[in-house]
Amino acid sequence: MTPLLFADITIFVLSLLVGVEVISKVPATLHTPLMAGSNAIHGVVVVGVMVLAATVDTPLGYALLIVAASFAAMNVVGAYVVTDRMLQMFRPRPVAVRAAPQQSPGTS
Amino acid sequence: MTAFDTLIHILYLLAAASFVLGLHLMTSPATARHGNLLSAAGMAIAVVSTIAVLTHDDVIPALATIVLTVGLLSGGLAGLLTARRVKMTAMPQLVSLFNAVGGGAAALIAFGDAIKHAGSLHLSQQPVSATLTTFLGLLIGGITFSGSLIAGGKLAGIIAGKPMTFPGGRVLNLILVVVALASGVTYTAGYGGLPVLCALSAAALGLGVLATLPIGGADMPVVISLLNACTGVAVAMAGFVLDSTPLIIAGALVGAAGGILTKLMADAMNRSLLNIIAGGFGTGDDNTGGQPTAVTGAVREVAVDDAALQLAYAGKVVIVPGYGLAAAQAQHEVVELAAALTEHGVEVSYGIHPVAGRMPGQMNVLLAEANAPYQQMKDLEEINPEFSRTDVVLVVGANDVTNPAARRRGNAVSGMPILDVDQAKSIIVIKRSLGHGYAGIDNELYTDPKTAMLFSDAKVGLTALQAGLKAYAH
Repeated sequence: MTPLLFADITIFVLSLLVGVEVISKVPATLHTPLMAGSNAIHGVVVVGVMVLAATVDTPLGYALLIVAASFAAMNVVGAYVVTDRMLQMFRPRPVAVRAAPQQSPGTS
Repeated sequence: MTAFDTLIHILYLLAAASFVLGLHLMTSPATARHGNLLSAAGMAIAVVSTIAVLTHDDVIPALATIVLTVGLLSGGLAGLLTARRVKMTAMPQLVSLFNAVGGGAAALIAFGDAIKHAGSLHLSQQPVSATLTTFLGLLIGGITFSGSLIAGGKLAGIIAGKPMTFPGGRVLNLILVVVALASGVTYTAGYGGLPVLCALSAAALGLGVLATLPIGGADMPVVISLLNACTGVAVAMAGFVLDSTPLIIAGALVGAAGGILTKLMADAMNRSLLNIIAGGFGTGDDNTGGQPTAVTGAVREVAVDDAALQLAYAGKVVIVPGYGLAAAQAQHEVVELAAALTEHGVEVSYGIHPVAGRMPGQMNVLLAEANAPYQQMKDLEEINPEFSRTDVVLVVGANDVTNPAARRRGNAVSGMPILDVDQAKSIIVIKRSLGHGYAGIDNELYTDPKTAMLFSDAKVGLTALQAGLKAYAH
């Protein structure tokens, strides 16, 4: 086992623990955006695809590269956009509902 | 380490820190959007830094640059368009799709890195740590890819939501496990080439399909969380293969998120993970509502006008939405009714069970989309103590999660955490029939003397209630 591998394993384990610690505090209301947001974070795989691109030299390698690149880009772009779309819908309670009755959102 | 390398490492560290802080800001709806933007900024830093490394070292072949750019642009555009257009009710299948492509990309990285080595030096010269992570990345990534596609297909209704089992399925499963392990161990030991990698990939893809097909619609919140965790681990493995710290950190964070949600969802259904993966429980989406079933005890029916009057006179109303509400796309109607009640001076909140939707928190997103303020959405622990002080509970399209039988031993829902709806002063249930929920047993709530049934489709019933309320108010 090389020191480099050991450092990687250390980072992995500590990140897991940090993740558990931080994410346990997310309320149930936000679990769907949390999942979409973590989807976006694993979109970091796009960085891996770019690193891989530096080493391809066979037709099979190129084929894998283009599929991997489109997968990863779809993941990272789509997940951030949709998470933002969801989160902007979470609105606080309208202030002073009874004092100043706001217009009912319904039309029926 | 040159100055350039140092800078790149600092930037990667900054990106990783942004991911953690971004997740931390998700602990409150008020700051969550900033959290996501921070995380996106971190991602941009990571991507730009990587581009800087590639151009600085001048290692990337010209053809690879073109292929990479075309792939990134087409994928990015597809992701952008999908994310912009998708309906909120389709969120579970979209998350599944992102799990699939993320896991797939991780598996492809492991594969691509392995065939790179296959050309230049003998596999047996590869350290075990490199071949082992390639094996794991390919296995987990492959299972996640095909499994998520099947799960997404089930959620989107392309594949039947019913648990699918076929004769010989278990044997085939076992064969695939053996093939995957055998080829994986062969590769790790340094004896494999391209054929072994292909066998491993095929086995992983097959396992993903076979593992997801037998799982029923009601178990989807668990499955989707578990696949999310798997994607994270697959990305972390790809990080090990490439020695890339950002991938390892981000993968571990996602693995933790998916793991926590998996446990929460399994607990909320009072079922073990193994039991869910074994499958066969839970039916399709819609076929439970139709058949009338014999319910012992008297069921009291209520007219729309009486129900509306009851709501109008209440001081405190709790609305319990279930999957039936989402299936009927009635989230706007329920929020309009709640707004009308609030305006009338009634205190309204939503009691949301963890598995009310098809993925963790889905009901909250649907209500938020319909403009419900998030302070009114209460989870199981928050709302249960409030039921005894509640005048009217309005149950819309929820079944098993309100069944008081869960408190007793010896039935299909025993031990499942439920919303203590029966402790309220009165209960109105909007439901199409007395059909069973996924657990397939009678709901004792419906025969409770305090309960009144309003037999109707969720959307129609809620609209009628709102009209009744309006007629009374004027």
